[in-house]
Amino acid sequence: MTLISPWRVDFPGLRALDADGQTYLDSAATAQKPQAVLDALLAYYAGGAANVHRAQHLPGERATRAFEATRDKAARWLNAASRDEIVFTRGATESLNLLAYGLESMFMAGDEIVVSAAEHHANLLPWQQLAARKSLKLVVLPLTPAGDIDPLEAATLIGPRTRLLALAQLSNVLGRWQAVQPLIRRAQEHGALTVVDGAQAVVHGRQDVQALGCDFYVCSSHKLYGPDGVGLLYGRRDALQRLNHWQFGGEMVQQAEYHAATFRPAPLGLEAGTPAVSGVVALGAALDYFEHLDAEAVSRHEAALHRMLLEGLRRHEGLRLLGEPHTALACFTVDGVHSGDLAHLLTEQGIAVRAGHHCAMPLLQRLGVSGAIRVSLGLYNDEADLQRFFAALDKALELLR
Amino acid sequence: MNLPTAAQEALDAFTACPGWEQRARLLMHWGERLEPLAERHEADRVHGCESQVWLSGEKRDDRWHFRASSDARLIRGLLAVLLARVNGLPAGELAGLDIADWFARLGLSRQLSPSRASGMNAVVQQMRRLIDAA
Repeated sequence: MTLISPWRVDFPGLRALDADGQTYLDSAATAQKPQAVLDALLAYYAGGAANVHRAQHLPGERATRAFEATRDKAARWLNAASRDEIVFTRGATESLNLLAYGLESMFMAGDEIVVSAAEHHANLLPWQQLAARKSLKLVVLPLTPAGDIDPLEAATLIGPRTRLLALAQLSNVLGRWQAVQPLIRRAQEHGALTVVDGAQAVVHGRQDVQALGCDFYVCSSHKLYGPDGVGLLYGRRDALQRLNHWQFGGEMVQQAEYHAATFRPAPLGLEAGTPAVSGVVALGAALDYFEHLDAEAVSRHEAALHRMLLEGLRRHEGLRLLGEPHTALACFTVDGVHSGDLAHLLTEQGIAVRAGHHCAMPLLQRLGVSGAIRVSLGLYNDEADLQRFFAALDKALELLR
Repeated sequence: MNLPTAAQEALDAFTACPGWEQRARLLMHWGERLEPLAERHEADRVHGCESQVWLSGEKRDDRWHFRASSDARLIRGLLAVLLARVNGLPAGELAGLDIADWFARLGLSRQLSPSRASGMNAVVQQMRRLIDAA
């Protein structure tokens, strides 16, 4: 039986791409948006835009209500203990930068920050730069050949000097779930704060921040079928209170004089300037859309599609997967073929996949490759997409070999 | 304005190309004609390319001569058709050359679009910097 996605019809962007002869297999970079998200964006603007938390007029009140409703939905979505534990940012990258600046004052020279070798630049560089500013040691947890954080190495590298542990739950290159929970426990036993980068993970399974037990959790709206320019930072109440204000202006201010000012507590105190009101409102619509899906059916579909992807790739001689992906995506290289050439010829055939370093240059270096092709799946992809991809791959390899 | 001989040859070949497949084969074929760089110096690395590209150039008797190299075959082809158009041109003529138009005439204009991972834009910019610095 052919695998079709019952949710594909919900995404007008895919219809447009289909009409354009494009097969979209780059959802790990950004996902297409369901009609409900487009409707919410249009409704906000067409219904009369207004700024939030500022005006007492009716449009302002309406905008604030819709904006704050997303905070409730996001808190429910991640199972946060309170709506006040959700901070809106411009994306996961900004969430992580906020943490690196907001926590800066708690570090002393010689303290250690621990990340894994599989981190996206967004969960590496803010910590690397913080380490440089404060003379800290950045410790990188090595991976097993399959792509897991080596638990034995981690057990010795996470120790009494560890002040912060920051790990991605699902790598954007390896597509592998990391067992972050025991590592979080271990770091917390040593009094360290813990950060989980859920940018990829939230898209492929419901996450529960209280069950994970982390202090902070970050993700982006644009990968979660929501609009771009919006991200979430979850912080457990006591952890959020440890953050210093990092950007100033707008409604984060309580009292201001020329030479001094006081600021609101989180979450508003961490949301300087006018936020992406339309984007936050539309993220609410994306979360509503998700709530109404049959999560089991989505997981089954994604798993079947991913299996099909791996089986198809493994049939190709000389094709090497990066790690052993569990879900959502697969990165690969082909012996004797430059991935840039392969990407060029896939593009010529209307296949939208990513090529290059996938914002994880150190990881690719460690894996010994200069670039790789990444195929990534969304809930709207189906067997026909993969068939077109494999036909194009065969054609490209035929030309290049 | 007369095209350099190699450029005319490229134009004839590419405009006779009926589809992407033939164009890809032709690009790879042209890439093989690219004179290899004696050495790849870090200073000649073109940043902004997903594939590694090296570019060096010198002016002799007021005419520019560039050399380029890449690990990727199709990029080598793109470099070859670029160099076919620019090499040997007097400095004054090169400064005013519309390179985007050249790629468009070959049916390769997408290779210069801003998001292209091939980074031919970065190559062209580096070429301009070399010309301006001379």
